Amino acid sequence: MEWVNAIVQGTLLGGLYALFAAGLSLIFGVMRLVNIAHGDLIVLGAYLGLSVTTVLGLNPLLALIVVVPIMAAFGYVLQRGILNQTLGKDILPPLLVTFGLSVIIQNALLESYSADPQKLNAGALETASVAVGSLSMGLLPLLTFGIAIAVIAALQWTFYRTALGRAFRATSDNQEIAQLMGLNRRHIFGLAMALALSVTAIAGIMLGIRTSFDPSIGGGRLIFGFEAVIIGGLGNLWGTLVGGVILGVAQAIGAKIDPGWQLLAGHIAFLVILALRPNGLFPRING
Amino acid sequence: MPDPILTLQGLNAFYGDFQALYGIDLEVAEGEVLAIIGANGAGKTTLMRSISSLTQNRPEMVRYRGEDIGALRADEVAARGIALVPEGRQLFPSLSVEENLIIGGQIGRKGAWSLPAIYKLFPILEERRHQQSTSLSGGQQQMVAIGRALMANPDLILFDEISLGLAPIIIKDIYAALPGIIGEGMSALIVEQDITKALAVSSRFYCLQEGRVSLEGTSATIAREDISRAYFGVA
Repeated sequence: MEWVNAIVQGTLLGGLYALFAAGLSLIFGVMRLVNIAHGDLIVLGAYLGLSVTTVLGLNPLLALIVVVPIMAAFGYVLQRGILNQTLGKDILPPLLVTFGLSVIIQNALLESYSADPQKLNAGALETASVAVGSLSMGLLPLLTFGIAIAVIAALQWTFYRTALGRAFRATSDNQEIAQLMGLNRRHIFGLAMALALSVTAIAGIMLGIRTSFDPSIGGGRLIFGFEAVIIGGLGNLWGTLVGGVILGVAQAIGAKIDPGWQLLAGHIAFLVILALRPNGLFPRING
Repeated sequence: MPDPILTLQGLNAFYGDFQALYGIDLEVAEGEVLAIIGANGAGKTTLMRSISSLTQNRPEMVRYRGEDIGALRADEVAARGIALVPEGRQLFPSLSVEENLIIGGQIGRKGAWSLPAIYKLFPILEERRHQQSTSLSGGQQQMVAIGRALMANPDLILFDEISLGLAPIIIKDIYAALPGIIGEGMSALIVEQDITKALAVSSRFYCLQEGRVSLEGTSATIAREDISRAYFGVA
């Protein structure tokens, strides 16, 4: 039963990792941009949540109403102002620029919020749990998992059922011809980044409710996000959720064997899958 | 001749240090079908890319309905009513047949062309509308590419090598459909290596050779020897 419990807790943790990964996956899918600053943007979302909850006295989940639009606007401006200029045939400039952005965000957070660990206070939700048989599941991890599913379903719907998603896919397929359809790729990329950072805001707040955070933890979240994306297969959003779950379960099982093995077990699971299925479990079929 | 819808004045085009077009002067009249012929590498596709603003020009080099559009972005040129059926079709592989058509109409220009009109023109596309565009035959893909351009209800449509890589019977079908497509008061520029086909559907033609206009004239009356000379640059 303890093992079942570890697997269930790991699965729920995977929901958080899927939230880390979804924005990364979206950005790579639309514009082939690997965003090294993604983890720090998650942490930025958590800090914005902290400011909003402190100033307005809101519950962190309600703070999403404020933080999501702020992050979306930031994403659009960031893309149009800086990142669009780095996109081209060479993949190195966007890597370097987002790496620089990562350093800048970390230091700006350090400067404004100090290095002290912070936490978002969601009150009773944090400790509430539901019992299923002899298993006890935390309400917060359940909620996070549910949000992850909802976010990925919404992204999937946007991608495959809306004009915006059609524009994303067309621009991803062929930027030049998409321009001939009257699509301004700079604007489309701006919208994609806005959407990605909206998801990042949700990820940041869920992270901040679950654990304490400080300006330096972005890199670790980036790795979890990358691993979930790669395990699931590039460009496949539901695959990203599965990737997050596999990573979460591997970590939970590792921790069960020995607490020191938690992170290592996740990385090992990632490396094994990368060795056996270099394109991930569910790579996008078309192309 | 009626007022020109499109005027090129001294159009140059470059790929890095390589100059592909040298001072092209060209006019397309309202409602006119113009053919551009020339050998491989003569600059025909570059000319199409320049008009569509896929390669950048100086503003006054491309004049459309009295406006200098040479330096606009490609999406701004498209919004003014110039559509391109690109060489090699270049459909969006992630989009279904129908989505490829819908995205062509996303510019939102009013006109005769809509999904039902395209399906009436090419009924096979309606049967295949939910398939991935890449699963179609070459000829059907070309129909999608033509339909996608028409969906924008352009005033000027550019066809770049629409017969390239297609079976002769399919080429015949597509050329048979062309007058019905262009007949709606559109102007058209047709780039084609098959001189007979190009001259049959056009009223005037320009022949390109190594980036320059080597001959222009009326399609119906031009002598074949003159074309051969202009095409290959030999007497």
